[in-house]
Amino acid sequence: MSKEQKNYLNKIKKNRIFTIGIQILIVLIFLFTWQILSDKKIINPFIFSSPKKVIETILSLQQNYQLFSHIFTTIYETLIAFILGISLGFVIAILLYEFKTLAKIVDPFLTMLNSLPKVALGPIIIIWTGANTKSIITMALLINLIISIITIYNGFLNTDTYKIKLLKSFKANKLQILTQAVIPSSYRTILSSLKINISMSLIGVITGEFLVSKKGIGYLIIYGTQVFNLNIVMSGIIILIFISFILYELMNLLEKKLLKEK
Amino acid sequence: MNKIVEIKNLSKKYHTKDGEILAIKDINIDVLKGEFISLVGSSGCGKSTLLNIIAGLDKESSGKISFDTENPKIGYMFQSDCLFPWLTIYENCLLGLKIQKQNTQENQNYVLQLLKKYNLYEFKDKYPTCLSGGMKQRIALIRTLALKPDILLLDEPFNALDYQSRLAISNDVYDIIKKEGQTAIMVTHDISEAVSMSSKVYVLSKRPCQVKKIYEIKLENKQDPISNRKDKRFMEYYDKIWKDLDVNV
Repeated sequence: MSKEQKNYLNKIKKNRIFTIGIQILIVLIFLFTWQILSDKKIINPFIFSSPKKVIETILSLQQNYQLFSHIFTTIYETLIAFILGISLGFVIAILLYEFKTLAKIVDPFLTMLNSLPKVALGPIIIIWTGANTKSIITMALLINLIISIITIYNGFLNTDTYKIKLLKSFKANKLQILTQAVIPSSYRTILSSLKINISMSLIGVITGEFLVSKKGIGYLIIYGTQVFNLNIVMSGIIILIFISFILYELMNLLEKKLLKEK
Repeated sequence: MNKIVEIKNLSKKYHTKDGEILAIKDINIDVLKGEFISLVGSSGCGKSTLLNIIAGLDKESSGKISFDTENPKIGYMFQSDCLFPWLTIYENCLLGLKIQKQNTQENQNYVLQLLKKYNLYEFKDKYPTCLSGGMKQRIALIRTLALKPDILLLDEPFNALDYQSRLAISNDVYDIIKKEGQTAIMVTHDISEAVSMSSKVYVLSKRPCQVKKIYEIKLENKQDPISNRKDKRFMEYYDKIWKDLDVNV
């Protein structure tokens, strides 16, 4: 390896270490400031809690409130909503692509549903499906499905017209055009819609848990607010941040792995 | 000589919100076996529509196209090589065979043989992004030839290439087409390309697209397309067609 190449690689490495270092520093400064402000009573520790309190609470939550089963419930519901959202979104996108008139007909309704704040439908969903896991997953589906349909459908529409023309010149049928050209060329779009979808599913599940539930992180946060134990609320939020980060990174890894295989 | 395709009084109308457009008017073309025919016209004159109709991708409004066989096999090549980036070179070449459910051992051997013959065998397991524009266009031709078409349709096949590769690839493609004994119709707006490659040039008028003139290209010493450009009679044909096209800049 030449000296210049080594220098170049070193430079990239240094830049990476610097970025991560600053990121860690920001988190530490944030936690430290939060702790100090709370200790000195500059912010009200009863309302704002503190990092130490949050850690204590998280540890005690496992004993008193079975924290892990709450985490498990939230992740479980998110994954169910995710899988349903992606598969339904994929199938509906194919239907819209194959039946152009259908797509034209439903277009304004999709737009309307997409811009409607789904939380508004929450109370109706509870009445219709009952206060249970079903209503939480319905809520999450409402939030993740429309965007999945739109993303995947647009991916399909962006297929290179020459590729379709080529297959038609081979006398390919509709199914062959779909499986040989349209779906494979939308592969990247579909993979990136996984990332959007997992975030949307988590948002949907937490919204659902806020409205009705006896379990899950959303429930813990609402419960904490109701008994005015802000330590529980803060802990719930922090755990939620971790969950969403981990789920997103998992999707990122999955995407990278699948892209490499192709 | 037997006619492979006979186009008789073909017309094509388009319907838009603003009204009817006559894109092609009363075109007559006969293509004999082994011929290389060029259709030259300014852009937007309806040349590509004509190819689409021959390929069966579009429908004529009136007139008739008849082939000498009942189910003619048509090979179509476009400006873009249109290789599928997620398939290897070899898989790309087999695409047409797969679609038509003719992916037999025999046909696979034919494709491999073509790849070897035209020095592309070593790239067969690579992906299209690894190849140059000219190589991709040659692969696209092999993908088309794999189906053993009765006639080849070339729609400005070298348009996406830079000038040097354009010359080189037109030589290669011409060589392959002649060696495999193919009949071809090429659409182009490049006069020198048409004169240097074809045995017959049809000059098409602006909209509606009509046959303005037909030139039988008789060079003094017909060789490969690049050498043909140096032929004494090359410029003669070039000038005549240029005048026919009536290009207004």
